[in-house]
Amino acid sequence: MARMAIALLCLMPMLFSLGFAQQQLDLAPRSAVFIRNARIVTVSGEIIERGGVAIKDGKIVAVGASATAPGGAQIVEGQGLTVYPGMFDAATALGLVEIESVPATIDQAEIGEFNPNARAIIAVNPHSAHVRVTRCNGVTNVVTMPQGGTICGQATILNLFGTSPKEMAVQPLAALVVNFPRLALGGGGPFTAFRQGGPSNINEAINQRNRRVEDLRRILREAIDYGKAMDAAAKDATLPRVAENVVLGDLLPYAKGEKPVLFRAERETDIRAVIRFAEEMNLKPILVGGNDAWKVTDELKAKNVPVILTGTLDLPMRDDDAYDALYENAAKLQKAGVKYAISTGDNGPHVRDLPYHAGMAAAFGLDPKDALRAITLSPAEIMGVGAQLGSLEVGKMANVIITDGDILEPKTHVKYAFIDGRPVQLTSRHTDFYEQFKQRVK
Amino acid sequence: MIKRLTNRLTALIALLCLVAVALPARAATRAAGDTLIRNATVLTVTNGTLKNTDILIQNGKIARIGKDLKAPEGAKVIDATGKFVMPGIVDCHSHTMIDAVNEFSASVTSMCRIQDVLNPTDPALYLQLAGGVTALNLLHGSANAIGGQNQVVKIKFGRPVEEFIFPDAPPGIKFALGENPKRSSARGIPGIPNRYPATRMGVEEVIRDAFTRARDYKRQWDSYNAAKAKGENVTPPRRDTQLDPLVEVLEGKRFVHSHCYRAEEILMLIGIADDFGFKVRTFQHTLEGYKVAKEIAKHGAGASIFADFWAYKVEAYDAIPYDAAILERAGVLVSLNSDDDGRSRRLNIEAAKMMKYGDVSEESALRMITLNPARQLGIDKRVGSIEVGKDADIAIWTAHPLSVYARVDMTFVDGDMLFDRATDLARREALAKERAELEKADPNRAGEGGQPGGIPRGRRPAYKGEDNCLKGAEEHQQ
Repeated sequence: MARMAIALLCLMPMLFSLGFAQQQLDLAPRSAVFIRNARIVTVSGEIIERGGVAIKDGKIVAVGASATAPGGAQIVEGQGLTVYPGMFDAATALGLVEIESVPATIDQAEIGEFNPNARAIIAVNPHSAHVRVTRCNGVTNVVTMPQGGTICGQATILNLFGTSPKEMAVQPLAALVVNFPRLALGGGGPFTAFRQGGPSNINEAINQRNRRVEDLRRILREAIDYGKAMDAAAKDATLPRVAENVVLGDLLPYAKGEKPVLFRAERETDIRAVIRFAEEMNLKPILVGGNDAWKVTDELKAKNVPVILTGTLDLPMRDDDAYDALYENAAKLQKAGVKYAISTGDNGPHVRDLPYHAGMAAAFGLDPKDALRAITLSPAEIMGVGAQLGSLEVGKMANVIITDGDILEPKTHVKYAFIDGRPVQLTSRHTDFYEQFKQRVK
Repeated sequence: MIKRLTNRLTALIALLCLVAVALPARAATRAAGDTLIRNATVLTVTNGTLKNTDILIQNGKIARIGKDLKAPEGAKVIDATGKFVMPGIVDCHSHTMIDAVNEFSASVTSMCRIQDVLNPTDPALYLQLAGGVTALNLLHGSANAIGGQNQVVKIKFGRPVEEFIFPDAPPGIKFALGENPKRSSARGIPGIPNRYPATRMGVEEVIRDAFTRARDYKRQWDSYNAAKAKGENVTPPRRDTQLDPLVEVLEGKRFVHSHCYRAEEILMLIGIADDFGFKVRTFQHTLEGYKVAKEIAKHGAGASIFADFWAYKVEAYDAIPYDAAILERAGVLVSLNSDDDGRSRRLNIEAAKMMKYGDVSEESALRMITLNPARQLGIDKRVGSIEVGKDADIAIWTAHPLSVYARVDMTFVDGDMLFDRATDLARREALAKERAELEKADPNRAGEGGQPGGIPRGRRPAYKGEDNCLKGAEEHQQ
């Protein structure tokens, strides 16, 4: 009974959302909840037209037409509502960037070319306004990644819930981020001061790119050598002691292909170069960006390289590209059997638009079911947390959202959300201002 | 040297050819004959939703709307069963097809005209037709407190530039308040002059000073005209091209479209307008409009806003996606704009979001991208709804346009089909082949023993709406 009362208290801000609830800290405990009589979109299996989802101790404990409420569970009446897994954006800088034009609010790009030890999880701000704004729209998980230099740092997988980076972390050190060196174009125009050192002709540009790739190759090999030396020294005390090196130490699991490397590349030539490079170096590549991925489907499939598309709503890269080249990208990867996810690629403010990126892909040839998978289960699988996140299945983390309609449609409202089985208060900087100023209309 | 020059010429010609063939609408239907659209669901905007309805287009106008209309002889008949027809989207804030966005050098650049820098070959125009957009309010940038004169256009892509000019659209002018005119992000950058103002206080003073001068100048002309009417032999005042447009504002003949963010600066401009006896036609962006919605409503200004764009700068940190809902409830005429070549292609989705944020009705959401912007621009007699007698600026969608699954099939401007997805798809193979051939003949390849060619630069890149006057300048002045 006491437990039920606690659960009720936690749910109050959501259940009585007509009244003005101010933002509260994410302190809600895991509660036992039963969502009944709802339409259930599991993503991993068939849609259940009417059934229940049970949540307990942070996990999904039952899903289906015959699911029953755990003892003492708070009941959420799901009549007319739809239950989905929380959405997952696998390429953001959420929590590292607050206001894009104010450098003091940005912790995204380190100085220098090789910073595997720059860890996003260190700088993520749990109290960023973007966390709440984003989850209010049903995005419960993001990958937050550093950006800058060639090796940018390590990305983290977050739950958008918690009062410290540690509480938010699903996987604190999830992947290495690499801006794969590409042809840098020379400067021109009145602001040449910003483009110093740009190559003046195409051969020079190619050479410069090749040198940067060689530098990347070298540091990855150094990490492997460093690992070997450390192993050898650990086994044989007579060997000379190797000085510890945090940069190479952080790089090692990625250089050995044990953990994934997120390679940013957009153009066909760069994507092909990434595939070759990853194969040569025995890395575990994930392509991020991938605007030209539709031109490289054979190779991406053959080498089993997954793609996180970030450009679905971007303008075509070239003036003579088809007008829908990027809208159609996902459908073409789907058809070719390439593993892919759809992401906003946003710094934070507009990660909440994730479902509409998927929706646009659906307007241009992707089956809506596949579009939904591309923002839930597929990104979770690609990031190596498919066993925990991305679908409504027994045993998975209870990241669950409840809507009044198709989640890909912009008009749909998210009515309830749970992250790690904790009820999420659906308020934000935006709802706060709304509640205040809607009273100052006349 | 000559060889290099020849190479470059060849490259230029090749590029021109490529551009020429890559613009599918160029050769698209220009007959502007009669068209009958059959059996569509018609979102009229002014007269509800009509099911199983036909639309007859004649002489570029909507001639008839009804059931079982008879196709005139020679008319093109389009079966739109299961499809939706809506008015062409009007984007009330755009910088597409303008080759210079900001005249940076002064704080009052009312003498500059967007009509002088139109580029009718901008490929972004075609992309926007493919998003169901048919009219644009082309605005000067936001670098100056008083910017240049705007130009309203129809997207007559493939036609000569004169045909883009929207007939009888009232003239307007861009104002800008806040971070951009005070150049918060542009201090000490080579190529960007430092100049007054540097604060919101100075922005107010610049505008007040300009209108004080304009009022004085108007008095000179008024007394000259009065004296002349009496038959006196008087010398006219010296013509001032900076103040002429501001006199038109004072006389209510030119619309003020003012970029703004913070509530205080919105009240500031309303204050100046009240003092000088003019009306602000639209506040643009208006991100904190929701904080002073009743004051905007009382002044009678419209608001043309982003649906949910925020946090890209400090003055955008209090922006909320409920802005439209609150403004509408206060009685403000609201439109949703893009300020961006990319976002312009999905204004239907931006409108649909308003049904979520603040529960704006479906009818209102549709109006915010059609009739409302048309009213704000004073072009609603011609466009913004589907009514007999209005211009045939319409788009056929595969589903209800406020659904994310909707896609544009065809877009008509003045009855001309300027976008047709089927034609676009049919041409792709031939275009790809042609492109491949041109690439094989790449004149940029290094010659034998000679210098390699320069790195080919793109033409003017499409405008990306960062709403940062500096970034705009960098892209546009290349």
